[in-house]
Amino acid sequence: MRHLSTWLAALYAGLIYLFIFLPVVVLVLFSFQDGSLPVPPLNGLTLRWYEAIFSDGKLMAALGNSLLVALISSAVACVLGFLAAYAFARYTLPASGLLRGLIVAPMTVSTLIIGLGLLSILNITGLRLSLVTVGIGHVVINLPLCFAIIYASMGGHQVNIERAARDLGARDWQVMLLVTAPMLLPSILAAFFLSVTFSWDEFIVAFLLSRFDVTLPVEIWSMLRSGLDPKTNAIGSVVFLISIAFLVVMEFTVFRKTGKSS
Amino acid sequence: MTADVSIRNATKVFGSFRALDDVSLDIAAGEFIVLLGPSGCGKTTLLSILGGFIEPTSGTISIGGEDMTHVSPARRPTTTMFQDYALFPHMCLRDNVGFGLRMRGMGKAERFEKAFSYLDLVGLRASSAKKPHELSGGQRQRVALARALAVDPHVLLLDEPLGALDLKLRRQMQDELKAIQKRVGTTFVHVTHDQEEAMAIADRIVVMNKGRIEDVGTPASIYMRPRSLFSAGFMGEANFLPAKVRGASGSEAEVETALGRVALPASAFVSGSPAVGKDVTLCIRPEHFRNANADVPTVSLGRGRITGSAFFGTHHRCHLAAGDAVLTAHLPQTDTPQTGAELDLRLKADSIVVLQEGV
Repeated sequence: MRHLSTWLAALYAGLIYLFIFLPVVVLVLFSFQDGSLPVPPLNGLTLRWYEAIFSDGKLMAALGNSLLVALISSAVACVLGFLAAYAFARYTLPASGLLRGLIVAPMTVSTLIIGLGLLSILNITGLRLSLVTVGIGHVVINLPLCFAIIYASMGGHQVNIERAARDLGARDWQVMLLVTAPMLLPSILAAFFLSVTFSWDEFIVAFLLSRFDVTLPVEIWSMLRSGLDPKTNAIGSVVFLISIAFLVVMEFTVFRKTGKSS
Repeated sequence: MTADVSIRNATKVFGSFRALDDVSLDIAAGEFIVLLGPSGCGKTTLLSILGGFIEPTSGTISIGGEDMTHVSPARRPTTTMFQDYALFPHMCLRDNVGFGLRMRGMGKAERFEKAFSYLDLVGLRASSAKKPHELSGGQRQRVALARALAVDPHVLLLDEPLGALDLKLRRQMQDELKAIQKRVGTTFVHVTHDQEEAMAIADRIVVMNKGRIEDVGTPASIYMRPRSLFSAGFMGEANFLPAKVRGASGSEAEVETALGRVALPASAFVSGSPAVGKDVTLCIRPEHFRNANADVPTVSLGRGRITGSAFFGTHHRCHLAAGDAVLTAHLPQTDTPQTGAELDLRLKADSIVVLQEGV
């Protein structure tokens, strides 16, 4: 009986993982398809689609753009999120609960709405669409996330440490830069890497707010319009691999840091 | 470096709670002062006001003759050693101790040298590259002390720094604190609720209760001549015996207690001279019931019966019934008190303190 229930549990878990990862496995598998259609049957394995994407200048430029936007917009979102979290955690602000709710609220708004809203604002201000506007869009999307993660890690036990720093002569910016931020480094890094992975494969805002220079998801989308071929599978696999790489880096830095500072 | 501190009529009100009620205190340069009292007595509030973390609702603070009432903590000649140490978890000991010097713009080489010398002072030079989490509680304590002293404060404020340590380590740290204070000469203001700790380290103890100062003096004078019921009860054990003044002459006064009339020297009245008809309280330390020598003036409170006793190492702690009163006596460790045995309640006349408050 016990044996059976263990077996059923294992089966259930297996099916769940299959359900989650089957699309990715299929995508990656058919990126090696020796043939021009990424559908069964698998005719044989080849690396020529990878060769094709790495020699595709437009695709590689888009990949570079994506990385640039992801890293810079995440850094900005983290700095802004940290400053906001510091203010809410350390000062008594009027209507603090409401203001805090408002900062986090955009998380619940669909990116389509945010993208369209930003697009009309940019039209009014006359700012030209570019990677910068895509970056601004990603800051808007990721700021609530960064704020929430960093704010959650600001506890009362750090207050006395900051007090000690001030007592020893540190100014406010020195307290933040030399004491608070290093103490919160694990959660700041977690926010940063999570934000990077979100920005990395964000499509809607990037599509709406870009024109000539585009990010990778937008470039892949325009590839798809000309029909399926294993090249899209190959670039999809690369996107997936880089996402995983960010997550692994995050796991390692964050876990190593928290393990050390506790 | 060192400086005197003067607190004038300091009051702090939180909402409807008077945390500090018209407190005035003068601290001499280089003195080791202990603020002693139960939690909520205002001792930590007073310390925070000295450190600049809280501004008094009214009253003034001056340090070294300069008004500091509205000066920020960073710009005061004080540093605080916090109860939870508040070390910087991401910095090694050298950087922790050197932090204040770095904030003062001191160059790296000079700063490190000074940090090392203060780590030396607390015996942790060899661990200078370690992080705080690698240290024991007592070691963190020492780093916090070194960090606070490294900036040469005129006044060091210590907020129950030994509270988290076990008894043995606490005793050891008390001795070390005292020794280091003597060496550096800085004025120390130390907050604690532990009366033994206060006696172990203080030059003068300030007993506080309900936002007010109850008593100020050397450990011996506060223990032997307490000036309030609270002070007598908080510093060690005491028997309180209600009494009424029946007669007063120049050098002597007669009081009536439930255990009979006794004549006491006028010097026993520590808080005001005796007035006939006034309700007062006799304060008797339990160890004073030990047989007094016949060649000094003694008073007798009749006889008491031992209703129970326990051995405490340095003494036997006995409960006595005398008339309606229940008393506590500490008898010498060499005695063998038996429950039911009777005891002569005779004690030196000058060991009794009379307080002008009814119980």
